Amino acid sequence: MAEVDLRRVSKVYKDTTAVDDLSLHIKDREFVALLGPSGCGKTTTLRMLAGFIRPDSGQILIDGKDITDLPPERRPTAMVFQSYALWPHMTVADNVAFGLRLRKRPKTEVADRTEQMLDIVGLRGVMKRYPSQLSGGQQQRVALARALVLGPKILLLDEPLSNLDAKLRVRMRDEIRRIQQELQITTVYVTHDQEEALTMADRIAVMDKGILQQVGDALDIYDQPATAFVADFIGSSNLLNGTLHLVDGRALAQVGDIRVPVDADGVVDGAPVTISARPEDMEVLRAAAPDAFRLDDPRLVNFGAYKRLLGRHPTFGQLEARVPKAFRLGNEPVYVRFTRARAFTTDGKVPR
Amino acid sequence: MAARTTTLPTMRLSWWIDDPRMRRMLLRLFAAALAVFIGIPLLTLVLWSFAGEWFWPNLIPTQWSLRWWQEVLENPRVTNAMFLSFTIAPVVTLLTALVAIPAGYAFARLDVPLRRTLLLLFLIPNAFPRIGLYVSLAVLYYQIGLIDTYWGIVFLHMIGTMVYMTWITTATFRSIDPHLEEAARDAGASPLRAFFSVVLPLATPGIIVASLFSFLASLDEAQGTLIVGTPHYITMPVLLYTLISSFQRPVAAVFSVLLALPSLLLLIVAQRYLHSEYVAAGLGRV
Repeated sequence: MAEVDLRRVSKVYKDTTAVDDLSLHIKDREFVALLGPSGCGKTTTLRMLAGFIRPDSGQILIDGKDITDLPPERRPTAMVFQSYALWPHMTVADNVAFGLRLRKRPKTEVADRTEQMLDIVGLRGVMKRYPSQLSGGQQQRVALARALVLGPKILLLDEPLSNLDAKLRVRMRDEIRRIQQELQITTVYVTHDQEEALTMADRIAVMDKGILQQVGDALDIYDQPATAFVADFIGSSNLLNGTLHLVDGRALAQVGDIRVPVDADGVVDGAPVTISARPEDMEVLRAAAPDAFRLDDPRLVNFGAYKRLLGRHPTFGQLEARVPKAFRLGNEPVYVRFTRARAFTTDGKVPR
Repeated sequence: MAARTTTLPTMRLSWWIDDPRMRRMLLRLFAAALAVFIGIPLLTLVLWSFAGEWFWPNLIPTQWSLRWWQEVLENPRVTNAMFLSFTIAPVVTLLTALVAIPAGYAFARLDVPLRRTLLLLFLIPNAFPRIGLYVSLAVLYYQIGLIDTYWGIVFLHMIGTMVYMTWITTATFRSIDPHLEEAARDAGASPLRAFFSVVLPLATPGIIVASLFSFLASLDEAQGTLIVGTPHYITMPVLLYTLISSFQRPVAAVFSVLLALPSLLLLIVAQRYLHSEYVAAGLGRV
């Protein structure tokens, strides 16, 4: 059992609020990704979990026990650093065995556990090497082994793959997920890469400007973004500003001179809204139609399995629509229409 | 080394910088110049110390002799001075290290208020003519009874060595990634344990260099030692000054060689140590 409970945690630096009133419950054996752009507070949150930063207010509980005031060495957490932070003056084996030796475990146990851990991360035969003699991927595995060898309740990973090349990143992604499943360990994973979050995590917590925007699985977050930020950050979205009208119980957004039917939770009639529409929720037409508008300077970008139609609108700006790969542009004008969109209040508040 | 581009030859004044052969040659030239300007005076000293007879315009002495060495080493004043110098320098180094290592760490890591000001404060003794400082220190020493004592000299030397040590150790600790320390804490080490297991080993090269500087600075200090140590505490450089004024060139040469020897030995030892693989890894920031 290892549950994490962040209760109304805040951290303020001189002039910025790094983490603003964040509450998050992480279930036993769950893999949660903290996702957001740099400076969104995700690393601060992770470091508060590890004990390197003390929150200004709020509580952190692991299995119901308040650990807010415990120093890192007394927390049942283990962290993998972005820079790996392997000790360069120790061999791989010594790096992994360090924590066990601190705990004065018998020599044979230290050796066995170290070997076993290096086995799990797929690193045999480099025990006697120094970190500087290893490749980036190998260093990453050592860092993982070092974190796991003490049998922590919570594994914390701080953008662990950002220093690896693209191919290796994909492989390590699967590897980390496999190890997490194998050891059944509750994991918090910080990343700015939505692909990592979407493919690895059970649930994703999207953060922006210190505020937790939404928590949910990949599908929730993609299909039902809670804020305009989430809609824009996950995948891509066309964002437009308009006004919300309720007509016969249906929500319609007036954007310029067109009307878009929208999903809007908790938005009142007449409120200014930001609407977001996915590229795949755009219908491309060859002729003018009600609530469709003309796309200027259309051009196509080929993504292999599909194409993206990019273009501009004089007031809406840059827009993009997903089209089948057989789609061709002719000389005639192109019109687009929103088939589905979501409306968000423009104050950026997170609906609760 | 980046491959040389094959664009059309647009001549620049610094073209030779791009040429590896030219660069290598310049480097060699520089090394040779260094060797000449440092080596030849040193060599002259060595020659003088072994010279029995050496008149102009001979390039080397016409007669060799160990007379001067014998004279110096049999003189009890000299052996006493040597003994004193070599007991003061290690004590100064050790005491300085005990203060400067924690201070350097604090300057590098902790959010010490006014850090910059404090670091500059350390430089103040070097910003003014030392002699004024020493005279006022001597006055103070008279009042508290430290004048003409062993510890009086040790403390005086520490004024200078503290500067080297604190600045070098601060830079060294700064170059060590704080995450390395955090990783140790994360693995269960107390702050003290993390310092001794991770930070200190990685800082060792810097600390050795700093200690070396301190040791040599203490060994070399004459001005202040002359003021607060006479008449009973005469160190090697102080004695050297007296010898120079009495103008026995070969004796002074022997003395200089004696003074230079520890520096040379220590540098060789340090260089060997600083080149070891472990240090390279430590400084090479994985």
